[in-house]
Amino acid sequence: MAEKKVAKNPMKKKKKNGRLDILTKGFIRENPIFIFLLGMCPALAVTSTMETGLGMGLLVILVLTGSNVVVSLIRNLIPEQIQIPAFIVVIATFVTIVGMLTEAYAFALHQSLGIFIPLIVVNCLIMGRATSFASKNKVSDSAIDGFGMALGFTFALMLIGATREIFASGAIALGVYLPLPFEISIINTEMYLFNMDVFAGPAGGFIVIGVLLALFTAIGNYRQKKKEAERQAWIEQKKKEAAERKRKKAMESAGDAS
Amino acid sequence: MISPTVFFVAIVSSMLINNIVLMRFLGVCPFLGVSRKTESALGMSAAVTFVMLVASVLTYILYYLVLDPFGIEYISTIAFILVIASLVQLVEMFIKRFSQKLYKMLGIYLPLIVTNCAILGIVEINIRENYAVQYGFGAGLAVAVTSALGAALGFALVMFAFSSIRERLDAATVPESWKGVPISLVVAGIMALAFLGLGGIV
Repeated sequence: MAEKKVAKNPMKKKKKNGRLDILTKGFIRENPIFIFLLGMCPALAVTSTMETGLGMGLLVILVLTGSNVVVSLIRNLIPEQIQIPAFIVVIATFVTIVGMLTEAYAFALHQSLGIFIPLIVVNCLIMGRATSFASKNKVSDSAIDGFGMALGFTFALMLIGATREIFASGAIALGVYLPLPFEISIINTEMYLFNMDVFAGPAGGFIVIGVLLALFTAIGNYRQKKKEAERQAWIEQKKKEAAERKRKKAMESAGDAS
Repeated sequence: MISPTVFFVAIVSSMLINNIVLMRFLGVCPFLGVSRKTESALGMSAAVTFVMLVASVLTYILYYLVLDPFGIEYISTIAFILVIASLVQLVEMFIKRFSQKLYKMLGIYLPLIVTNCAILGIVEINIRENYAVQYGFGAGLAVAVTSALGAALGFALVMFAFSSIRERLDAATVPESWKGVPISLVVAGIMALAFLGLGGIV
């Protein structure tokens, strides 16, 4: 407590950025799928098209935001020993609600996601956010964190889904599974001769995620190398400056002596 | 009395054709997480097999004797996950008390199993397949357990093969950004292609 008071001013300043930071960190920097490898099962199973990925993402947004809020509300009432079972019940309740909602209002999506709707319960991402963030933070922050992380998850699912769909069918459709008033294809390459069905199947899922992961790792490595090079250059420059100063000083003192 | 072919078909189809990891995408987390060494892969498979068999018996009985008669099937997800979580806790205590050797082998994997979607997935699939309606309560239970066993064996088979490949991969020269999980995922994709060829057996 005492520590908090001392560091009040800089903390306050940081918090303003903090909210936005909590919201956006899930996209690239702490992306659940590409960086932490959480929730791989739905990432492979429901991404044969972009739209099913989007649908799954929407469900996860609802569940994760809701469960984070409730977990954060009850975080002081639950003894530590039964934390995990209690959180599981909270999550499972939300998943049941969401499952019923999709069955009523988006039946095509419910059919195509199938068993993976109840399996949101065991998505490591949701449990992970509950234990590592929501059980330690304020309600508002937890809600933002849940929403942001789930958005990042949705983004990843849509990226994988779009890649797979465009290789498998040459087009990206919208409105087939979600209850939208229209049915269009966003991108249509019309290269039906080159469709590779394997990308719609399980093998394509594994391979596409593998390639995307390698891409993300490569970008991360490149950034790190760039940063390291910048740091190295900075050190070199400082060294040079110091040497320059030293030489100048030596020259000056030499001049004085003469 | 149902014919033995039903059991044979159940075991082959859930082990090879609808392989739990490569075709149904269940249990991918342990598949990637604990497959670095063959030994730990086998330990995980043993723990999964054990919990899967017991969980499918318990949830089947729970569903058809409690949830179905009272018309509360909609809470089945909550009920099943609670059964699995408490079952894992119970198994852990039981093994710790009676067999130190087994505990040492499976102990670290047991807590991971609660959030393993393979268990909950197989349990849900067993209920969705309506074995009890097709074969009657008792025989349906037998078929459900058989297909759970098949799924567990399929999991063990894939885990063993994949961990062996990964041990070889560690020694291979791989581009830096492909090291670790990315190249493993591509290998898993090729394995999935191979399993796709088994599709027409039954």
